[in-house]
Amino acid sequence: MCLAVPMKVLHVEEMTADVDIGGIKKRVRLDIIEPKPVTGDYVIVHAGFAIHIIDEKEAKITLGYLKEVLACGTETSQ
Amino acid sequence: MELKHLNEYRDRDICRKIVEKIRVAARKEIRLMEVCGTHTMSISRNGIQGLLPKTITLLSGPGCPVCVTAQGEIDGFIKLSKMEGVITTTFGDLLRVPASESSLERERAEGADVRIVYSAFDSLEIAENNPGNEVVFLGIGFETTAPTIAAAIIEAEKRGLKNFSVVSANKLVPPVLDVLMKDKRLKLHGLICPGHVSVIIGAQAYIPLAEKYHIPCVVAGFEPADILQAIHMLVNQIQKGESSVEIAYRRGVTFEGNNRAKDVMDKVFETCDADWRGIGLIPQSGLRLREQFLSFDAEKKFDLSIKETKEPDGCACGDILIGVKSPTECPLFGKTCTTTHPIGPCMVSTEGTCAAYYKYH
Repeated sequence: MCLAVPMKVLHVEEMTADVDIGGIKKRVRLDIIEPKPVTGDYVIVHAGFAIHIIDEKEAKITLGYLKEVLACGTETSQ
Repeated sequence: MELKHLNEYRDRDICRKIVEKIRVAARKEIRLMEVCGTHTMSISRNGIQGLLPKTITLLSGPGCPVCVTAQGEIDGFIKLSKMEGVITTTFGDLLRVPASESSLERERAEGADVRIVYSAFDSLEIAENNPGNEVVFLGIGFETTAPTIAAAIIEAEKRGLKNFSVVSANKLVPPVLDVLMKDKRLKLHGLICPGHVSVIIGAQAYIPLAEKYHIPCVVAGFEPADILQAIHMLVNQIQKGESSVEIAYRRGVTFEGNNRAKDVMDKVFETCDADWRGIGLIPQSGLRLREQFLSFDAEKKFDLSIKETKEPDGCACGDILIGVKSPTECPLFGKTCTTTHPIGPCMVSTEGTCAAYYKYH
């Protein structure tokens, strides 16, 4: 029920945005998000509403950490 | 298919490496609860319990909104759907939940106008397109969903819609966690906190809990690497005897949360006591419409007078919802209660603990 997925913002209007996930396009509401997203942002969408703009900087940090985890200790798994 | 911000966290090799780190770190018996139903589904679908060392037990919590909706409330929904001229709109999950004598699905088969919507906003548009009918949205959900319902009510007021109303059966996560922490049977060492509830309320919402009960709280995302990373952070805290609030889903969750969504929710709703299925009445754990918005309150508009009702005989959903029993300990599980013929709500909802066990174990 709290299912929500990241979707790419294609176009923003006053209270709505057109978003895309894997080629599927949807229109979502922007009533409960501030600041508003801009084209190219990824937003987390729940029940037809954008609820958060994905923090790309934080995503990079997490992915960097995960890659580090993958790189270190390779010898222990072989 | 490229799904940015999803696929990266499904990498098998990364997951395997985090599991190794967990194995090294976990030196004692650890009991963790994943609070959110979407986490329960992801854990089952990805076989995460099976990857973990035997010393770590994952328990499922009360984080499926359909499952914790009291049967009396569902009886009220059914009463509503039978009323002349009423179009009942709901998220799909609620349709099959059996109440005392019927389900919304059965009422629909017998002619009631019950429609599945993807958003509270769809319901508002149905009201606009059907001025001769009363359109009611069945508002069930946690803090993730409540602001979307509040936004729809504000918009309905703005558009002057008189034939739109909402049953507010929304519930709040921190109060139920407080109840669980007091339950001596659970003996929890850490909480995997819900990701999308926390997008709204922020990780700060768990600080009182961590301080009061000395329990580590880590907010997790929903992909396997997200969940494993959260488990690793919890294990590290537990081994060091710490109890702080951390976020393993920083691309989605901040400490502060979504203030705009919180303001919208606060404008329309105020807290009230709420009845949780299998748990009972929890003070200040529900949301009701503020006086200014009472004309959108379906419970008052249609005099639903929701009453408490008895659970089906033998059904252990109550204990399963709080992690005291696992689905296999219910005498009905897999016998008379299956996903095709569910008896309790935990088997109906796609996020229910029993449905997840039945499908993947």
